[in-house]
Amino acid sequence: MAETQVSAPNMVPFEERMPRPPLVENNRSMAWITDVIAGIPEAKTPLWWYITIAITGSIGAFGVFCIFYLLFTGVGVWGNNIPVGWAFGITNFVFWIGIGHAGTLISAILHLCRQKWRTAINRSSEAMTLFAVMCAAIFPGIHVGRVWMAWFLAPVPVPNWIWPNFRSPLMWDVFAVSTYFTVSVLFWFLGLVPDLGTMRDRAKSKVGKVAYTILALGWRGGNRQWRHWEMAYLVLAGISTPLVLSVHSTVSFDFATSILPAWHTTIFPPYFVAGAIFGGFAMVLTLLIPARSIYKLHDVITWNHIDVMCKIILLTGSMVGYAYVMEFFVAYYGANPYERFAFLNRYFGPMWWGGWCMFTCNVVVPQLFWVRAFRRNLITVYFVAMCVNAGMWFERFSIFVIALHRDFLPSSWGMYYPTWVDIWTFVGTIGIFVTLFLLFIRFLPMIAMSEVRTVLPEADPHYHPPQPISATGSEGITGAHA
Amino acid sequence: MTAAAAKHQPFAVIAEFGSAAELYHAAEHVRDKGYRFWDVHSPFPIHGMNNAMGLGKSYLGYIIFWGGFTGFTTAVLLEYIPSSFLYPLIVHGKPVDFYTVPAFFPIMFELTILFSAFTAFFGVFILNRQPRYHHPLFTYAPFRRVTRDAFFLVIEAVDPRFSETGTQEFLTGIGGKDVTLIYEND
Repeated sequence: MAETQVSAPNMVPFEERMPRPPLVENNRSMAWITDVIAGIPEAKTPLWWYITIAITGSIGAFGVFCIFYLLFTGVGVWGNNIPVGWAFGITNFVFWIGIGHAGTLISAILHLCRQKWRTAINRSSEAMTLFAVMCAAIFPGIHVGRVWMAWFLAPVPVPNWIWPNFRSPLMWDVFAVSTYFTVSVLFWFLGLVPDLGTMRDRAKSKVGKVAYTILALGWRGGNRQWRHWEMAYLVLAGISTPLVLSVHSTVSFDFATSILPAWHTTIFPPYFVAGAIFGGFAMVLTLLIPARSIYKLHDVITWNHIDVMCKIILLTGSMVGYAYVMEFFVAYYGANPYERFAFLNRYFGPMWWGGWCMFTCNVVVPQLFWVRAFRRNLITVYFVAMCVNAGMWFERFSIFVIALHRDFLPSSWGMYYPTWVDIWTFVGTIGIFVTLFLLFIRFLPMIAMSEVRTVLPEADPHYHPPQPISATGSEGITGAHA
Repeated sequence: MTAAAAKHQPFAVIAEFGSAAELYHAAEHVRDKGYRFWDVHSPFPIHGMNNAMGLGKSYLGYIIFWGGFTGFTTAVLLEYIPSSFLYPLIVHGKPVDFYTVPAFFPIMFELTILFSAFTAFFGVFILNRQPRYHHPLFTYAPFRRVTRDAFFLVIEAVDPRFSETGTQEFLTGIGGKDVTLIYEND
């Protein structure tokens, strides 16, 4: 008896002792959310947007010029040569594909895990995924040398009736990346339809009205529509989950199925997937922190959201750190002299700076996020995100270029030096990526309004307004059925 | 208005409700009354509304399964017909037989996903009778707030229990505000 009395204070439900932080702060209403988020594309185009897109658009255009220069001149304008036959092209491809993974993780895996905080960031992250995959898809296309023969990748008989080799990892990659892009577009647009309905219903201009009416596909928010919509959304999340894990695994098969030292390892698929999510979340923060500040979205993308993303970066960063150390150990323990040399060469060879950039940016710097104060300071968060962006690029550079430039025989050793075309094609894709993102936030709602509404307390059909409100006259709302 | 109204058929009766909770309970009343052609409109999917409306789980998932199955079959045929019959290629020393099946898996997996996704995407819009450019509900100006913060319940005129006055009184009785008759537009 006495015991129950003692334990009575502990009987308070967990939710009351440690209430969950609200996902939308300051008790914002549905109307507020709609007005603020839909108001972004509706407002007059701000000056900073013109200035930024002029800069990024020019950079992107110069990247396109570099691509055409490559196509009309030949791959000799790149620094690739024997023994480094794969260099910036594949590094950039894997870098961009990896960026995309965070968007799908947020939209699919976090949906299945009922992580409701995803609603604030999923739309823009999915858009980021699409743009990153577009940038990625450029590189294999232009690296084939004779780009007019890129259709050899398609599953059709090429001249001589030779079919593609369906058991080649490069062929798997074609299917994986094209499926990934298509599914990401469908998933993104499905989620966008209810919000396009909002844009349609608010549109003032004639052109906007017609455009949004067509894009909204006649959405009316009826439960008979929501019912199938939710099921489609759930199934797409369910099939995107293995898809996103498979895409970067398949990308890693390009290397893991070869017999080159430092590539031929079974750790590659999980290591690539963890790295992809790691790099992708850094890019999400890179894009969303400025957008949040410019558009004053602090009540929707709260500090808790940034905090959680920082924790994911810490987790996945530690996973790739483990992989770096473990592959080093396995190279030692495996007793293959070529494998040992490849890993010593990564950190102590002529391109030691690549290996150490990777290790410092990806493993050491994110450890700052163990400290709460650093997760809640925009400067440190942005600093770590930028380090991770750079570090993940250097990771791919280390894996591909540093492994290749020291061949089996010292007589075949070489060095790799990128040309200005190499560098500006990569910088150009950054320009294209940011330009596409700027267009996205200008014309489409960058936060999934319909999904953010569902995380408000009043979205619960069994919600009753707090006592003071019902006492002041809105009793009729719930009174009849309370 | 009356002249215009006279030549149009009534399409539905619409009523507004104040919150998701109110709409949920109103839906339970309409369901219990036995209406069949009706819907609730809300700015977000309301949890549990399928039960309140007497609708089961969406059957879209079963359709998607067959989409995925088609994708899997397509991949099997796409890979095996060329690799086994049209132009057998022996690469990496791997003949085409039972033991080399795992190397064919990635493409089977990807096409299963791809076809499932297409089925989900087109399936949801076919089941929802979308796309459509116009709808009688769009003529009712307050309905524009349904994609912002308003909740509506609509009972269509095709319902056997529908009557212009009776349905309006019923909706007022269960707490609907601004009960209005909407006409077909043509």
